[in-house]
Amino acid sequence: MNEPMITTSGHRALQIEQPLIFELDTGGSTAVDLPDPPKVRMRLGNLRNDKAIGLPGLSEPEVVRHYTRLSQKNYSIDTGFYPLGSCTMKHNPRLNEKMARLPGFADIHPFQPQSTAQGAYELMDTLAHWLKTLTGMPAVAMSPAAGAHGELCGLMCIRSAHDANGQGSRKLVLVPESAHGTNPATAALCGYRVESIPANAAGRVDVAALKAKLGPEVAAVMITNPNTCGLFETECIEIAKAVHAAGAYFYMDGANFNALVGRVRIADLGVDAMHINLHKTFSTPHGGGGPGAGPTVLSAALAAFVPVPFVVHDTKGYGVVEHAGHGAAKQSFGRMKGFQGQFGVFVRALSYILAMGVDGLKQASGDAVLNANYLRAKLSAELTPAFDGICMHEVVFDDGFLKNTGVSTLDVAKALIDEGFHPMTMYFPLVVHGALLMEPTETESKATLDQFIASMLALARRAKQGDQAEWFKAAPRLAPRRRLDETQAARKPVLRWKPSEATQAAAARQAAE
Amino acid sequence: MRYLPLNDANRADMLAAIGVKSVDDLFADIPAPAKAKAVFDLSNSMSEIEVERVLSNLAAKNLNASTAPSFLGAGNYRHHTPASLDYIIQRGEFLTAYTPYQPEISQGTLQAIYEFQTQVALITGMEVANASMYDGATACAEAAAMACRVVKRAKALMSGNVHPHYRDVTATAMRFMDIQVECLAPDPMGIEDLVGRIGSDLSCVIVQTPGFFGHLNDYTALAAACHAAGALLVVCVTEPVSLGLLKSPGAMGADIVVGEGQSIATPTCFGGPGVGLFATREKFIRQMPGRVAGETVDENGRRGWVLTLSTREQHIRREKATSNICTNSGLIALAFSVHMTLLGEAGFRRLAELNHAHAALLADKLEQIKGVKILPGTFFNEFAVQLSKPAAGVVETLAQRKILGGVPASRFYPTYPELENVLLLTATEMNSEGDINALAVALKEVLS
Repeated sequence: MNEPMITTSGHRALQIEQPLIFELDTGGSTAVDLPDPPKVRMRLGNLRNDKAIGLPGLSEPEVVRHYTRLSQKNYSIDTGFYPLGSCTMKHNPRLNEKMARLPGFADIHPFQPQSTAQGAYELMDTLAHWLKTLTGMPAVAMSPAAGAHGELCGLMCIRSAHDANGQGSRKLVLVPESAHGTNPATAALCGYRVESIPANAAGRVDVAALKAKLGPEVAAVMITNPNTCGLFETECIEIAKAVHAAGAYFYMDGANFNALVGRVRIADLGVDAMHINLHKTFSTPHGGGGPGAGPTVLSAALAAFVPVPFVVHDTKGYGVVEHAGHGAAKQSFGRMKGFQGQFGVFVRALSYILAMGVDGLKQASGDAVLNANYLRAKLSAELTPAFDGICMHEVVFDDGFLKNTGVSTLDVAKALIDEGFHPMTMYFPLVVHGALLMEPTETESKATLDQFIASMLALARRAKQGDQAEWFKAAPRLAPRRRLDETQAARKPVLRWKPSEATQAAAARQAAE
Repeated sequence: MRYLPLNDANRADMLAAIGVKSVDDLFADIPAPAKAKAVFDLSNSMSEIEVERVLSNLAAKNLNASTAPSFLGAGNYRHHTPASLDYIIQRGEFLTAYTPYQPEISQGTLQAIYEFQTQVALITGMEVANASMYDGATACAEAAAMACRVVKRAKALMSGNVHPHYRDVTATAMRFMDIQVECLAPDPMGIEDLVGRIGSDLSCVIVQTPGFFGHLNDYTALAAACHAAGALLVVCVTEPVSLGLLKSPGAMGADIVVGEGQSIATPTCFGGPGVGLFATREKFIRQMPGRVAGETVDENGRRGWVLTLSTREQHIRREKATSNICTNSGLIALAFSVHMTLLGEAGFRRLAELNHAHAALLADKLEQIKGVKILPGTFFNEFAVQLSKPAAGVVETLAQRKILGGVPASRFYPTYPELENVLLLTATEMNSEGDINALAVALKEVLS
């Protein structure tokens, strides 16, 4: 290949370098024209500030171009295949966005009289009905803002139930080694000690080891199912029975519920609480890191402890219970989130659910599992599957196929970037050596999967040549940036822009004058 | 189904490649009793037209502020949204990207986070900020937990001027962390004494500016008293537009500033999703919760950004992490940042002036009505009033006249009869002088 051309501007055709907004400051400009304020008596006391804040001023075309250029430096589902395991990067229908922007949803206020927000409460109740029906669970807490927040909701219900039953001395939560990091972090936030349960050779929870740890100290067991190896916990029902026999509760991490929708009722697994990531299973956009929502379904044993707010209805219509400690919320553990929960996410999720219907949702979980197994079958020609047999919605390979090549999982991921794909999840789950975790989702065509398979197999074959480590270490070559120095970023953190020292000195002189 | 690309021929080819006969065979690992009852009385798939019809019917049952003048606030504010803001956040490269774990192909999101962090630090008067939390209330709880980690004490004191949802969310979270939170009674007159309650066992004092009932307080002396006792000052901001005109919490000596960015970022949207703002001093960054972007260079020495300081976080530290948060509020943080960029220094200041002027105009009008007493002497765009009648009934009557006339304090404090007649009123740049006159006329009639 020829050397990359050096340009005067530093731009490279569609890859355009873009400074920070602070470096584009044109001084005094604004992209928003607002009217002059009416003349009135100010009532700010001595709290008025007249000093400059330091925000840059730009015109509208400059701002639009700035963010458009930034957007072009991002990979996204709209751009291409994003098989990031455990993250469920499926297509986000624009219908959901259109619905969330209806003035009757976007331009309503959490504290307007309940009589004037009946449609909003009905929407929340309808979504709750779908979630309860699809899981077979009697209750759902709608307010958690994300998956980890939903885990916290479930564990708070569990601790409240133990306290109410005189079992407050239970201080231990058991979590498998393969769990998401949020599980132990959540248990700790809920005041629990955490012990881990080993996995067996088949990638499932070692049930004998789990049973050996169960006892009067254990408050709950948290298990992801399908687990982070993409495998169904086949002994789930037996685990639930053992957990209950020991007086503990069974929390199921529902991050992977998308594999089960329409095929398994969670209640039939003996689950006491499970969060549902609306931004995974029900296709609300990930937005570069949120917002999501993590409604948490609850068993009859935990339902009374549900956090406020929650919607209720009678013959007169809908209402919302906003205060813990009395009435319908007598045993509620309190509040986790301001206002009425992630309402805008609820609108999008219901829009998706209604579009799919229960038949479409069942087809979706089937296609998601089919796509993952197709990747497993085809990639096994060169890669090393971490576990034998059928997987669920995601498939994990170990780095056995890279042995003695000098190429790492990270190198393969970076080479995939040059191939035009978003890499898979790397080095997770921790129980698989050098893990490559791939989740294709149901919204990818066979043609896309075949392209990805061709790239992946070619990279594996290249690595196996044995003398390609340097080539891999130099990837990515074609992205907006080469590999970034993460060590420097952490060692000398620069977390914000600051004006240059000369500018600061000039500003100080001006202030002094 | 239009969201699913596979057709039956694809499925047959793929099943053959896998070596099974049917999709159901792929679910063979699941025990039969777990699948037996998976029959659901729910609707089947719908066309776009049908979905739009169902949801539009629900939306039409709500009285929305584009058809009724609204004076609602209490932590959730209606401001103008420039057209280019919604265009930018709907770009697929922002909307449909994940958390930027692969920095080489996520520089857009990472640079935007870095700009957001800088903007939040600037307006709060702090040194650093994180990439966002879920909302203001959860950010407040995280701040209390962080203060306890920093100071190594397990007690917090919360002012009665803090938003009751922030209070409840913080008190709930702290109870499970075995941290004691002393929450003072609601303080509509703005007379509580905090300095006198600071003891050597406190990790932090939590206050809010502007206060829940509207008061503007200078917390400089309180900050000094906190620091003298080895405690931190946490300041909540539920209406960040106020920072365009008011002395910043950082200038008062705050150690942690948390807030809700909704008012700048998004429509009211029934209260969610919002975006939690979290800013602090540089010396505390390793105790800070949440994601954070930092500057670095690539192999060619070109500037770029990465997520950094991840050794604080759950995916590395597991049960020893500073928080369990991962998904936060990325897109709403972007919306906040885009709007701040559109406004710039001049626009931000003008927006704040306009808000205060409209609220002051509203106060001028209401002061002339018998049965209305404005409680705070100073305020920004929201203030509490004492009415001659219970506020909840007044608000219902106004709603029947298609005016969303404020939030009754009793909605938050049902067990405080002395607050029964207290109403919170907000005016922003969205309330025309005509709206303000209409409210004044209607209120006068309702109270007479």
